[in-house]
Amino acid sequence: MTNQSVLPESPPSVTTDVVAWVKKNLFDGWFNSLLTVGIGFALIKFLLSFGEWVTTKARWDVIPANLPLFMVGRFPASQYWRAWLIAALLVSVGGLTWGMLTLSKEVEGNHQIGFSRNTLIGIGILAFAIVLLPLPTPNKAMILGILSLALGGCFLGRLGVRKIPIIGGVVAGAWVVSLILVLWLLAGGFGLETVGTDLWNGLLLTIFMALISIGLSFPLGMIFALGRQSSLPIVKFFSVTYIEFFRGLPLVGILFAAQVMLPLILPGDWRIDRVVRAIAGLTIFTSAYLAEAIRGGLQSIPKGQIEAASALGLNTPLSLYLIVMPQALRAVIPAMMNLFLSLFKDTSLLAVVGLVELTGISRNILANPNFLGRFAEVYLFVATIYLICCSAMSQASKQLEANLGVGKR
Amino acid sequence: MTQGLNETNGKANNYADLQTKKEVIVATDVQKWYDNKFHVLRGVSMTVYEGEVVVIMGPSGSGKSTFIRTFNALEAYQKGSINIDGIELSHDLKNIEAIRREVGMVFQQFNLFPHLTILENVTLSPIWVRRYPKKKAEEIAMQLLERVGIAEQARKYPGQLSGGQQQRVAIARALAMQPKVMLFDEPTSALDPEMVREVLDTMKTLAQEGMTMVVVTHEVGFAREVADRIVLMDEGLLIEEADPVEFFNNPKEERTRKFLSQIL
Repeated sequence: MTNQSVLPESPPSVTTDVVAWVKKNLFDGWFNSLLTVGIGFALIKFLLSFGEWVTTKARWDVIPANLPLFMVGRFPASQYWRAWLIAALLVSVGGLTWGMLTLSKEVEGNHQIGFSRNTLIGIGILAFAIVLLPLPTPNKAMILGILSLALGGCFLGRLGVRKIPIIGGVVAGAWVVSLILVLWLLAGGFGLETVGTDLWNGLLLTIFMALISIGLSFPLGMIFALGRQSSLPIVKFFSVTYIEFFRGLPLVGILFAAQVMLPLILPGDWRIDRVVRAIAGLTIFTSAYLAEAIRGGLQSIPKGQIEAASALGLNTPLSLYLIVMPQALRAVIPAMMNLFLSLFKDTSLLAVVGLVELTGISRNILANPNFLGRFAEVYLFVATIYLICCSAMSQASKQLEANLGVGKR
Repeated sequence: MTQGLNETNGKANNYADLQTKKEVIVATDVQKWYDNKFHVLRGVSMTVYEGEVVVIMGPSGSGKSTFIRTFNALEAYQKGSINIDGIELSHDLKNIEAIRREVGMVFQQFNLFPHLTILENVTLSPIWVRRYPKKKAEEIAMQLLERVGIAEQARKYPGQLSGGQQQRVAIARALAMQPKVMLFDEPTSALDPEMVREVLDTMKTLAQEGMTMVVVTHEVGFAREVADRIVLMDEGLLIEEADPVEFFNNPKEERTRKFLSQIL
């Protein structure tokens, strides 16, 4: 009888040769090869013609000429330093969050505080691109300064994860304080020159409304999700009605109603700011969708978890807070991120109801006789800005999932 | 009946001796209907004394799991009465919460909390229910984890442990509340045979230390070695109650004989 080895052997080697990869994935069989050639041809043709348009036929001067308008609209030029401060503040807290999320606590040896090689390369490219931008030098310096704030914040965040046990609470607190400071810097008063809310325009308004709406709709959505599950009949009825009603109306309709109908309903001298009305409309709409997403998460929790929590003597609020909600929310992070990204881009609908945020200011810029017909350039630029912001949010949610061990535990 | 200690499990084997002890669970004529239709518990009465190990056996669907789940209000009952350590089990939330602090439960599916480490699983209840400070809770937790033999896994997550290890953590988690009685609902039914032994050994040690236990199980070996009393349930009724020797060798009821012929 042959005496075969019981020692584990190494698997047959897999070539990581580029040519082999291309052969396997792109030219595997005649049909696939045909597809590759056809699609490749169309892609290259499109990219070449698009690239030609971008570099020669497009007239990009509309962008640098109106950059301040895109970013902050009619915010008084003497107070621009406040806008820069807002950017610096938000980027710093964002950096802190980034640092906190990317340093996983559970991997004992992986307390790498510095940046990975890939991140450093990416940052290098970004800094290089900023230097190349057609902007006045002090602005470029400011942007590079803000970029370094992001990195510093990230470094601090990672340091915090190591040293401070409740770093999550600290970062959440930092967000709250920052948003209050941002509000003060935007509105003025208490020592700063007041800036009316109709002068809040452009990207500044978009980011402000999106942040506040996201921050408010999340707890509201949780409340209605739990209310729908409640055994108290009035709470349940109210929650179901709220959810079904606001899910059944188009967002534009709700925003119109908020802007136009609210002054009609309220007593004469109650004047609610237009931005507040807009935020209210966005928050109510998103919270109804969020409630359903979270309900999906709640339903995915095995009954045994709740039984174990009850058997341990945890009452309903405690078992919700310690056991059910952490697991439910982890399960639906992709769904919730979907809603937040939608919310961010739906701020563009406010241009229809007369609020001048990023999309609204683009329309104003296009109405300028100097820049007649520059639709493609302007909207491509605006699209790129939306894409960058949404990608950042998407990346943050991926890091959050990795940090929470979603799918692993 | 012979006086003195039982050679197998070292405990008093005289029922009369036990009856002078404190009653921990007193269930009287407990009846339960599912959906107002299915009569799952048809009047079960049972008394569990301090330090006793009662093993409940029976065919599936007999209501044995449902019965022990009424003890800590995981299942409601419509008729009869249950009294745990002097507290009447009613719809009053305060009573239910007080009872749940004294009753520990180990489930067939372990039901550990996957998003918390082992240590956090065990310290959860002492910190949030008994309101112990974190240091004290962690001391208690580490002691219990050592007692069940998995102290070195304290920082891991449940998903990284084997079934037998998870069930032992579940036992430690239930013990962290320092309960008066421990309920086990088929604790080894979901385990691989190699791991059944380690969990049963842990339960045996617990019994020898004097914990009052009610165990629903199919493990005949455990019942013979550790139980003070074996109870047979079938179709929502308590058929026979006897000590292990009598139950396995000299059953009185016909249904008991039928059941034993199927499992032995």
